[in-house]
Amino acid sequence: MNISVQKKAIVMAMSLGLLAGCSTTGETTDEDMQGTEVAVGDQQDTSTVYGGDDQGGVSSSGLTDAEREQARKAAEQAAEAAKRDITVFYFDFDTSEIQPEIRDVLVAHGQFLAANPGQAVRLEGHADERGTKEYNLALGERRAKAVERFLIVNGVSRSQIETVSYGEEKPAVMGSGSSTWAKNRRVELIYK
Amino acid sequence: MARIDLSRTPSRLAGWVHRWPSLSALLALLLFAVPGHAELLIRITEGVESAIPVAVVPFKESGDLPAGDGVSDIVRSDLTMSGEFSTLSPEKMLSLPSRGDDVFYRDWKLLGQRYLLVGEVSRQGDQLNARFELFDVNTEERLLGETANSAVGSLRTLAHHISDKVYEAITGVPGAFSTRLAYVTRQAQGGRPLYKLQVSDVDGKRASIRLESREPILSPAWSPDGRRLAYVSFETGNPAIYIHELASGRRTRIASFPGLNSAPAWSPDGRSLLVTLSKDGNAEIYRMDIASRALTRLTNHWAIDTEAMFGADGESLYFTSDRSGGPQIYVKDDFDAEPRRLTFGSRYNARPRPSGDGKYVYYVHQREGAFHIARTNLETREETVLTRTLLDESPSVSPNGRMLIYATKQDGQSVLTVITSDGGASYTLPASEGDVREPAWSPIIR
Repeated sequence: MNISVQKKAIVMAMSLGLLAGCSTTGETTDEDMQGTEVAVGDQQDTSTVYGGDDQGGVSSSGLTDAEREQARKAAEQAAEAAKRDITVFYFDFDTSEIQPEIRDVLVAHGQFLAANPGQAVRLEGHADERGTKEYNLALGERRAKAVERFLIVNGVSRSQIETVSYGEEKPAVMGSGSSTWAKNRRVELIYK
Repeated sequence: MARIDLSRTPSRLAGWVHRWPSLSALLALLLFAVPGHAELLIRITEGVESAIPVAVVPFKESGDLPAGDGVSDIVRSDLTMSGEFSTLSPEKMLSLPSRGDDVFYRDWKLLGQRYLLVGEVSRQGDQLNARFELFDVNTEERLLGETANSAVGSLRTLAHHISDKVYEAITGVPGAFSTRLAYVTRQAQGGRPLYKLQVSDVDGKRASIRLESREPILSPAWSPDGRRLAYVSFETGNPAIYIHELASGRRTRIASFPGLNSAPAWSPDGRSLLVTLSKDGNAEIYRMDIASRALTRLTNHWAIDTEAMFGADGESLYFTSDRSGGPQIYVKDDFDAEPRRLTFGSRYNARPRPSGDGKYVYYVHQREGAFHIARTNLETREETVLTRTLLDESPSVSPNGRMLIYATKQDGQSVLTVITSDGGASYTLPASEGDVREPAWSPIIR
């Protein structure tokens, strides 16, 4: 189902956002998510200890303010990096409108790319199997361009981005039915 | 019998040999007009409410003929596939005449047959000789009496030629059984898809692979002379349009602009292509002069404009645009004209394929969540949904306008289905391995 996929993505984004420092890479499967949740607990405990130190004014762990600031930044960066683990963005039938839930994730990608102008990215647009192949090619391109525009607005240079549309030619999931189609209407963001 | 035009035959033969050297040894069709009878021609003008019963008697065979289907088996199968005929099973025949003198019309009337085809095939050296006669069972008239030759290896070419003759004698419309299909197959190999551009007879036989790629191949389109295919291939990682000369296998990449390079369609003179490019921002339709590669932009709109095709007049331009919010069919009466919207019946109508006679436009049409093939009568604007399958796409009309092939799904697999162009009888081409997609019906190759 489209909705459940998107929900999953939101839960992912939120749990990863909370999490300081766990940067998983590669496929996001259900197992990864469970592993992540465990890590969230660990990390939160740790950061709570640091916070207590701060308020008490006693630095039993021996961290300087600078070190704490560094740790905080590292945690923030890790959180942003974790958001960037989400690289597939889904769309409704015959639309190229970016779903509100993924804006946060796209912003994270945008900030990273803007900070790393040497990093190139490829946006691959896809459609589900319904309708005509050539219209779907154009639709896939429109989706990829919608993501491209969003990134550019967030400071990414046009020269860092390459778009291609495969239309309905490269489904993520083979078969038919609404849940399959929902998984296939997508843009995949690929760091090069 | 007015159908046989002696003056035309030799040049037709020359054309075939010239154009299809790969079918080698080829067809030396020698056609003789056998004195016929009066006027004929029952013209089937509309619809195929009930298929016309035809008995194709197994041809008498002599000499060492190639193994496999016989000539009369192929003719019977062709006529059945057209959807306009029902053919009598040989087991039900009361007699098996091979020439007119042996025909007892009463037998065939009894069996409810309208037409009767008899004949024989023999081999002489490297050549097959066929002689065939077509009779109207009711009037007892002979409508056709001809001979034709082919190389031994071209038995199917010979059979399709006979099918064409029979079809035309009965319907008054040239047959399309000697034409070809181009299509793309996709199968998983080593966990990755493998795409193959193939060309076959219209019955799916004699398929040959013209291009193989791990990346998608799309939108094959026949040049008007039937010698070249234009198509889209992603073999470089990005889409590009190629022109492929079938006889030599020589390919030219003619469009590889940033963004989309898609939906090639030939102009009637074969000198230019309509293409969809997005190099100027979004999907727009251009005309490309093949020799100079010069581009003329034909649409200018923020919406998607794609899937263009010339109308029968060679001037009008049909295309898909979502400028109204969803994909719909538009027509420009000439390149400079303002587009007019043609389809209103549902929220999704795309990939127009105007018929060669200018009467209809065929397209993919969404209704109640399903995708069908529909057509609109350009004069009356009446829309008819032609298919009952659910995920239909890629309609392609036969050059005689009587049949239509499209891709649909059957048990999760893409297959090709042939229907009569008014939505009558349907026939699914025997599926090969994997998915079969993107059928394109060749022109009549003269």
